[in-house]
Amino acid sequence: MRLRAGHLLGIDGMEADEISLILDTAEGFAEVGTREIKKVPVLRGKTVINFFVEPSTRTRSSFELAEKRLSADALNFSASTSSFVKGETLLDTLHNLEAMAPDFIVMRHSQPGAPHFLAKHSRCAIVNAGDGPHEHPTQALLDAFTIRQSKGSLKGLRVAILGDIRNSRVARSNVYLLKTMGADVVVCGPPTLLPVHMERLGCTATHRIDEAIEGADVVMGLRIQLERMKSGAFPSLREYANLFGINAERLKRAKPDAIVMHPGPMNRGVEITSEVADCDRSVILAQVTNGVAVRMAVLYLLAGETSSEASA
Amino acid sequence: MARRKGVLVMDAEAVETAIQRIAHEILEQAGDDQTLALVGIRTRGVPLAERLANTIEKLGHERPPVGLLDINLYRDDLSMISDHPVLKKTEILFDLQDSNLVLVDDVLFTGRTIRAALDGLTDLGRPARIQLAVLVDRGHREVPIRADYVGKNIPTARDQRVDVWIDEVDGRDEVRVHQEDSDSPDARGKA
Repeated sequence: MRLRAGHLLGIDGMEADEISLILDTAEGFAEVGTREIKKVPVLRGKTVINFFVEPSTRTRSSFELAEKRLSADALNFSASTSSFVKGETLLDTLHNLEAMAPDFIVMRHSQPGAPHFLAKHSRCAIVNAGDGPHEHPTQALLDAFTIRQSKGSLKGLRVAILGDIRNSRVARSNVYLLKTMGADVVVCGPPTLLPVHMERLGCTATHRIDEAIEGADVVMGLRIQLERMKSGAFPSLREYANLFGINAERLKRAKPDAIVMHPGPMNRGVEITSEVADCDRSVILAQVTNGVAVRMAVLYLLAGETSSEASA
Repeated sequence: MARRKGVLVMDAEAVETAIQRIAHEILEQAGDDQTLALVGIRTRGVPLAERLANTIEKLGHERPPVGLLDINLYRDDLSMISDHPVLKKTEILFDLQDSNLVLVDDVLFTGRTIRAALDGLTDLGRPARIQLAVLVDRGHREVPIRADYVGKNIPTARDQRVDVWIDEVDGRDEVRVHQEDSDSPDARGKA
């Protein structure tokens, strides 16, 4: 089995069986993470370039660890040290990277569609590690894996995604994935941060957080970027926390066994209170652990050759 | 259910007899060794290992723990095959360290699966001894590996196929040999 596209560019367009395949495969890799020797030889001799044009610490570290646990050779190439600042075009940079014969390029870029552009021009497998506000497929996959761990299945669950929906690739990828897997999704945020088109993706949109959390199985907070306040999306952090922050009182409206998620990094006291973030229903750190296993699964499934039939 | 083709070489009774005999042989070797443990290679090695453990228990000994091993991450042909095999979970809940381990699989053919399994086990601990039990040995080894316990030796030609059905997975116990053809309907067995 492998992923049909040969790349992982986004959740949009993926089918339920492919998503299930990644999640099932990740179960096997999660086990590797619990061993004393957390390394398997599957991608021995393969080279992965982590091409991060936009700064990222946790996603990059998670990918890097996944690559190392698969015995691949990882090379980090980041914006601050790259020739990007010297004016090289994306295509030229790609050709230069490809001249080093990598098997995978994991890419983070501020422009939506940048990984898709790379995929069109590249011989290696491209993994989108976040392209602007568009998609962040591995985050949605690790979220789904984490939900499945607590709830068994995604089907029929009510998932509330709260915060800056407009600028969030995490929200978009999650909506695509959860809808494909049969969950009900409600997104909630201030009108300035909740685009009107969201309902076209098949989810419900509301500006009232209590309404969003009501009866939810999963409550997912998103990071509020402090720059948004400067751009006038909301008047103050305190007001945001009052109207849209997840706190223990509001969480009572969710199902008694609801879990709390956040892709990190958290602004404690803004989109989520410490009380909620640290409570026993929070699976925020499990998300980080699962991120490595899910990324291992993605690289493993992309690693096959693009040629003919398999004979096992 | 797939159509049954080829020559029947073991029926349910023969499979059961083979398991009984292997269980006796394992006990003969192990005595009352408390560290005896079984590890089944996914997929069909697992139910075979479970049955061996049950049989050993019925013979009046402590039931040895059974682990599940997926060898796909250790295959030597991963870079050559286009579709990576579906990975399943490895679940070995007992301590491998210093155990007296019997690895269990359905068919021994090239030996490459067992080589991969040995690599996989090495990453999980250091057993005192590893032995190999298989239901069928069909020959044609490509690496220097042999089985310690064999249910049945079946001489085959290189291009023949050995299909194994195990009740827990396939709904019946049966081993058949047939000529490999291009429109092989399923991916059963390793060989």
